[in-house]
Amino acid sequence: MAIELKMPALSPTMEEGTLAKWLVKEGDTVSAGDVLAEIETDKATMEFESIDEGTVGKILVAEGTEEVKVGTVIAILAGEGEDVSDIEAPAPTASSDDEVKDVEGEGKDVGREGNPLDIDKPASKPRADDPEVPEGTNMVKLTVREALRDAMAEEMRLDERVFVMGEEVAEYQGAYKVTQGLLDEFGPKRVIDTPITEYGFAGIGTGAAMGGLRPVVEFMTFNFAMQAIDHIINSAAKTNYMSGGQMRCPVVFRGPNGAASRVGAQHSQNYGPWYASVPGLIVIAPYDAQDAKGLLKSAIRSDDPVVFLENELVYGQSFEVAQLDDHVLPIGKARIMREGSDVTIVSYSIAVGVALEAAEELAEQGIDAEVIDLRTLRPLDTETILKSLAKTNRVVIAEEGWPTCSIASEVIAVCMEEGFDHLDAPVLRVCNEDVPLPYAANLEKLALIDKDRVVAACRKVTYAD
Amino acid sequence: MAKASDSKAEKNAQPAGDDDFALRSLQEALEKEKRFKPSEDQLMHFYEQMLLIRRFEEKAGQLYGLGLIGGFCHLYIGQEAVAIGLQSALDNDRDSVITGYRDHGHMLAYGIDPKVIMAELTGRAAGISKGKGGSMHMFSTEHKFYGGHGIVGAQVSLGGGLAFAHQYNEDGGLCLAYFGDGAANQGQVYETMNMAALWNLPIVFVVENNQYAMGTAVKRSSAETEFYRRGTAFRIPGMDVNGMDVLEVRQAAEIAFKHVRDGNGPVLMECNTYRYRGHSMSDPAKYRTREEVQDQREKNDPIERIKKELAAAGIDEDKLKEIDKGIRATVAEAADFAESSPEPEPGELYTDVLVGEY
Repeated sequence: MAIELKMPALSPTMEEGTLAKWLVKEGDTVSAGDVLAEIETDKATMEFESIDEGTVGKILVAEGTEEVKVGTVIAILAGEGEDVSDIEAPAPTASSDDEVKDVEGEGKDVGREGNPLDIDKPASKPRADDPEVPEGTNMVKLTVREALRDAMAEEMRLDERVFVMGEEVAEYQGAYKVTQGLLDEFGPKRVIDTPITEYGFAGIGTGAAMGGLRPVVEFMTFNFAMQAIDHIINSAAKTNYMSGGQMRCPVVFRGPNGAASRVGAQHSQNYGPWYASVPGLIVIAPYDAQDAKGLLKSAIRSDDPVVFLENELVYGQSFEVAQLDDHVLPIGKARIMREGSDVTIVSYSIAVGVALEAAEELAEQGIDAEVIDLRTLRPLDTETILKSLAKTNRVVIAEEGWPTCSIASEVIAVCMEEGFDHLDAPVLRVCNEDVPLPYAANLEKLALIDKDRVVAACRKVTYAD
Repeated sequence: MAKASDSKAEKNAQPAGDDDFALRSLQEALEKEKRFKPSEDQLMHFYEQMLLIRRFEEKAGQLYGLGLIGGFCHLYIGQEAVAIGLQSALDNDRDSVITGYRDHGHMLAYGIDPKVIMAELTGRAAGISKGKGGSMHMFSTEHKFYGGHGIVGAQVSLGGGLAFAHQYNEDGGLCLAYFGDGAANQGQVYETMNMAALWNLPIVFVVENNQYAMGTAVKRSSAETEFYRRGTAFRIPGMDVNGMDVLEVRQAAEIAFKHVRDGNGPVLMECNTYRYRGHSMSDPAKYRTREEVQDQREKNDPIERIKKELAAAGIDEDKLKEIDKGIRATVAEAADFAESSPEPEPGELYTDVLVGEY
């Protein structure tokens, strides 16, 4: 059968090109790999190779022709045993692709036009509340550090697939002692010291999750995870989608995030907004010990990749924790830390403590502030934010992190888009200063969010001054 | 880990000369018996599989030229012997495979239906990733084929993780992790080799050295162009293999897999091969001469080589033509299917982002 040679697309964006030169003439015998013609696009001159063997029958587009559309038949190749002179040339402009209705974009669309506005987006369902703590449950004081350790130990007891890896997690007992005692209980198979090689072990952890395990990958701090961010985003977050739902990646990346104390700019950054911008990830940033424990347990059980952001300055703080066998908290649910009626302070991680202090001071000034701890940054519990906004009509976001493209920016956008009618004042954000974190004690203090700034913002939106 | 410290102690106990021997021992085993001795059926099967890859890729090139395949499309033409030689030696009940974006051949080597692969290339709902992955992002968890990864070198660390899971689960499997000569200069490859050797992971690192990283020749990018030597720093034995000869690749696979299964830790295998086509479809091919490509095709083609073996075994030329005809028909059918099957439903936009509901 005669083979139609069509004007090829040589790049994803090429629609037409110039047939610069024919390197064969009618009657020539060609084999696979022979260059038939040179084709010019705006980017380059490319050689057009034959894929088949045969004899060049008719050349339908002369050399030097410009604006030849991709898919146009430019020549006919006669196959083995065919007589070149028998070949009928098709009408030069007819492209056999015309029979497929091409709607738009690359490739041939077979007629379905998708307008994003017509698609039923999966509606976000109301999220479950925290499970009730039964009356009379014994409450114990636990540091966040101990709560995190207990969460890992409990899940490791329940599920053989769970293991912990990272720098200094085993014999050193954790750079910040979060994994203290795990090596003794679970042994070196399940508590694994890695070399200082974040990109590599984040990849190994992610691959192990793809292979069916449930890794908890500790970064000594999230600052070092920047070396590994490719695996968190490109490998862990996207693979389920790219595989059409075949590939699971139930990995937890955890470690301290945000500013510590006097460690300078490279060791002091909040990555919450970075990870929270990525579809395919769950991002959790708890504040107190109860949430740290309940949410880390949920994170380890989740079938999705989770970024679990802790805070070094909170590790040593003690909180009341209910003594329950298996306290698991819902991912994606914010928590109202303090009820109030005049202004809502939205916060997460260490800034929740700042927000609660500010609320105390505001109370003394006669302003009743509600404090929301987001706990999960992705998916964001917009329902709880908007409900509170409808009640107080005023929102301030307190965030230990840079203001630009922050979680605060996102909450402001949500309030504008979905809560505009309830707003009695512009939403304000109280964040760190927009500078790399300085080392000098006085400058560091100036750069970080504090109670006074939150109080001032709340007074402003309540028109108290 | 207990195993790691044991093996380290053993290694340290050996005199230096023996160490050097250990690094070369697999290569020496290969030199003794270079080529696998297949049965006639096996030989025929290798031929069929390699030819299927060749014809499939030629068709994919054509469909790309017609605008039916978008984006990037990296063809495996010329490299067929590598995937077939290695994967024919796997134990598919336990072993896993991972590769980069030049992944069509590795999937076909598993016997995965060409239709669902081609339909993925054209972005259709029937594609193996529901049309949401494309040429570079294809997976088959059923076959323990873990992709299909678009970031150069990332699959090597992920493969380390798959090997880690084999060891953790004590399932006796190994991971075959492919990467190119380009990826061989990525830092994470060596981070992974270090941990794989340290922890004695069951993994075979395979460098498919097709001589060019996009348009950059190996000698212009690599201080050490003999990639099989690059495991030496981590005490990983290397193998230097002719990747244009399916029987040599298969023989090397037998040796490497046995070494790994016997609990000796990772192997680094370099398969020297050649890609006839551009890096991707939009490659102007100005970095090498036509003569160089033509020379490889004429003198070194893996399919022509096996054709000669088949002729020597007394297989009739007509029978081979018949096989080619059948494969062309299979590929044409796959292309028709990929052209005519529907695009994904618009609602698929929102599925598979997360597994759980939150």
